[in-house]
Amino acid sequence: MTAPSPAGSAPVGSWEPVIGLEVHCELRTETKLFCGCRNAFGDEPNTNVCPVCLGLPGSLPVLNVRAVEFAMRIGTALHCEIRPSLFHRKNYFYPDMPKDYQISQFDEPINANGWLELPDGSRVGVERAHMEEDTGKTTHVGGGGRIHDARHSLVDYNRAGVPLVEIVSRPDIRSATQARLYAAELRGILIATGASDGRMEEGSMRVDANVSVRQPADELGTRCEIKNLNSLRSLVRAIEYEIGRQVELLESGGTVMQQTRHWNEDEQKTGALRSKEEAFDYRYFPEPDLVRVAPDAGWQADVAAAVGDMPADRRAALVQLLGDEGTSEARTDQITTVVEHGLDVLMTAAVRGGVGAALALARTANETSAEPERARVLDPASYTALLRMEQDGTLSATQAKVVLSDLLENGGDPAELARNRGYEALAEDSLNQVMDELIADHPDEWGRYVGGDDKLAGFFTGLAMKATQGKANGKAVAAELRSRRG
Amino acid sequence: MTTALELAEQVRNGSVSAAEVIDRHLAAIDESDGAVHAFLTVLHDDARRAASAIDDRIAARDDPGPLAGVPVAVKDNLCTRGVPTTCSSRILDGWCPPYDATVVERLRGAGAVVIGKTNLDEFAMGSSTENSAFGPTRNPYDADRVPGGSSGGSAAAVGAGLVPLALGSDTGGSIRQPAALCGVVGMKPTYGTVSRYGLIAFASSLDQVGPFSATVADAALLFDVIAGHDPLDSTSLDRPTPRSLENVGDGVTGLRVGLPVELVDGVAPEVAAQVRRAAEVLSAAGATVTECSIPELKYGLPAYYILAPAEASSNLSRYDGVRYGLRVDGEDVEAMMRATRAKGFGAEVKRRIMLGTYALSAGYYDAYYGQAQKVRTLIINAFTEAYRNADVLLGATTPTTAFALGAKVDDPMAMYLSDVCTVPSNLSGHPAISVPFGADGDGLPIGVQVLAPALCEPLIFQVATVLEAAAPVMSAPVLAAATWSGR
Repeated sequence: MTAPSPAGSAPVGSWEPVIGLEVHCELRTETKLFCGCRNAFGDEPNTNVCPVCLGLPGSLPVLNVRAVEFAMRIGTALHCEIRPSLFHRKNYFYPDMPKDYQISQFDEPINANGWLELPDGSRVGVERAHMEEDTGKTTHVGGGGRIHDARHSLVDYNRAGVPLVEIVSRPDIRSATQARLYAAELRGILIATGASDGRMEEGSMRVDANVSVRQPADELGTRCEIKNLNSLRSLVRAIEYEIGRQVELLESGGTVMQQTRHWNEDEQKTGALRSKEEAFDYRYFPEPDLVRVAPDAGWQADVAAAVGDMPADRRAALVQLLGDEGTSEARTDQITTVVEHGLDVLMTAAVRGGVGAALALARTANETSAEPERARVLDPASYTALLRMEQDGTLSATQAKVVLSDLLENGGDPAELARNRGYEALAEDSLNQVMDELIADHPDEWGRYVGGDDKLAGFFTGLAMKATQGKANGKAVAAELRSRRG
Repeated sequence: MTTALELAEQVRNGSVSAAEVIDRHLAAIDESDGAVHAFLTVLHDDARRAASAIDDRIAARDDPGPLAGVPVAVKDNLCTRGVPTTCSSRILDGWCPPYDATVVERLRGAGAVVIGKTNLDEFAMGSSTENSAFGPTRNPYDADRVPGGSSGGSAAAVGAGLVPLALGSDTGGSIRQPAALCGVVGMKPTYGTVSRYGLIAFASSLDQVGPFSATVADAALLFDVIAGHDPLDSTSLDRPTPRSLENVGDGVTGLRVGLPVELVDGVAPEVAAQVRRAAEVLSAAGATVTECSIPELKYGLPAYYILAPAEASSNLSRYDGVRYGLRVDGEDVEAMMRATRAKGFGAEVKRRIMLGTYALSAGYYDAYYGQAQKVRTLIINAFTEAYRNADVLLGATTPTTAFALGAKVDDPMAMYLSDVCTVPSNLSGHPAISVPFGADGDGLPIGVQVLAPALCEPLIFQVATVLEAAAPVMSAPVLAAATWSGR
């Protein structure tokens, strides 16, 4: 077999990719799914553990009602039916799984048959969104971190028993780009429900992709499941690579084997992990230590009321806020970015505080969203004040961006941050003095400007900036030039 | 033997100290348990400390509770904080639970003193206590015979008079069968009335902790202490704590007793004869006894031997050498797990893991596990139907009296048949008790079983009390301890 083309340039030809995603997200509960241990990322290993999440002999699980609520929020946001559900045991041996079975939902998931609408208006079906417990985390020591040649392995059970919801899409996705849109939109929804923080980099949102290709109108092709996709970028690359691999295989007369494949970030390719024949027989059976969960209508209604506005609604609200300015394609992307990062509240506050909607959108989408974690906890009043300083010319655009990054870094009063940077706006009389000197030094150019040659405005602005070492505000200079021309 | 009720009363009124009670029983165990081998661990120091704390409370005019100073033996599949809990398996070698089972906590809360941990068939899988990694327990009535199982250590400890009370667990008869074989009272409560938190699981949907005692009233006393809702067990029923002791003497006048032929006809003639005599006793005491038939009961055993191993195969997965207990090194983690489990588990446990793994496997699930679940539903429905015409059911506890050590170890099917009369109550979740009722020609104890609908434990104790009062007097067991004094 020849090596597939590099990711992104895979020859798809007449082949149609068929993609389904399985997304695991950790729920932001205070405690774990079946015990009272803290659900926290990054704590000292094996400090958030007890007999239950360590699976000690004799211990029993007790379901965390808050986790059920969060799962129902996700189901509600994904337009799922919320159903009476049952936990099963999924049996397989793995050192970081304390009981050597995982408590998971099987054929009776809490959420089923929903859908998710992407920003481009397409819809992806959601087969199910079920609850399960997370495993611990294994670190292989020595031998480059791979299990095969490691000297020994260390297991941290802090994550064991952390509540997860697994969202399984229908195979409705047709490209890597659409898969990215789906994952990003889903992340926005998860964050909006308050059920999960959707942090792929911390593993609180993990994506597996099922990929197959076929000739349009044919039956579904044989699929491969790709694991270890830790970012939206690897999701796109891995899917593109896998489509290319399968197409080349089929076009050269081969067949696709049903496999689980691993995305190798370093080599930027997928590699076979195990075949269908080697797949585990999980021997699912109903978990006898737990009872059925049947949320009644009242509970479902309470949960539905607690679910916030979804990204689609929030994008619509921003479009409305922008009025005529919100319709271009570039604006649509900016709006998507703002909502995806949960910054629409901040942006809306700025607009309500008197900042022009276009400026608020541009800054929030382009600069503020670079630090979404910090931006989400930013004081809206400070943010508004900063954007107003830019709007009224107290700060230049460049200066405003610098102050914004200071504000995101440390917080504080934007006016004071600007002063610390030496961005005190040039007093009006000193700008006057500078302008007097410039006009005296360049009488010819001034004459042409007064005579109507607008291009020279830029010439004088540049000189003013140079003379003031950038302290002059562009808008103030422009205003001065206009008023002097009369 | 002084009953638990009497002992607690004496300790509470100061006529005897808890320390004396405990010392006396420790001495009896030290002297007699070598022959019986009921205990795997005897807690000399812990028990003496606990007794002295109880005496301090008595001196301070505080009431330590209804089991003040009473020594209780605990089956070694119940977790005891800081004390080895082995399940009679090498695989748990060196493991000490960091917590007490809820039932153990309740014992301590009622003033009882945990005096030791008793022998069992490995992971409660067996009917003779011969499947213990630490050697078999002997039947107090004949040292060459089995005490039954899997709670053979607890049954023999009470039978020999080493302790007045013991806890066991019953998954398919593991309390009632050894109780019958050792001449003591043993009760399996309604599924969900006693917490399973800290009971090392064999088959989670069938396991239930219950009491052993020499008298019915003592069984009721212990049951009342251990029963009640536990938020740590999701299958625990949220109901008020039962007070069955108050009603043990209420008699059986007007009670409808069903006698299912399936629990009488298939058993040894001497056992069947005692069941019929027990029926006459109840009849004479004012109950109406009617023969009936519950044909579905015969499917109980096959269904049980699918469901219990299936759950066990999953419950026993965690013994992989990674976190606790035995570890046998291997080239990689998988080899380590294989070697650990190969060495750590005994033959019967391996047999059941394989049976259960098979029954749950892809392609076989519906034919085995699925079908067995349907049978389970049929049995529940059949009991419900039977209870339209009867308040309680009466039958044999076991098909035979105690068999010889080694007689069935090489014949698993014959061993499994020991549970034929007890398994249906585990599948239905209903309560049942075994009460000593006479002996066979060799002087070996016979037990009769009283079964009732869910949550009818008080009724069971009432019926058992009537039977107990009319039961033929037994001679002392050959392995009787100095603390044994008959009833």
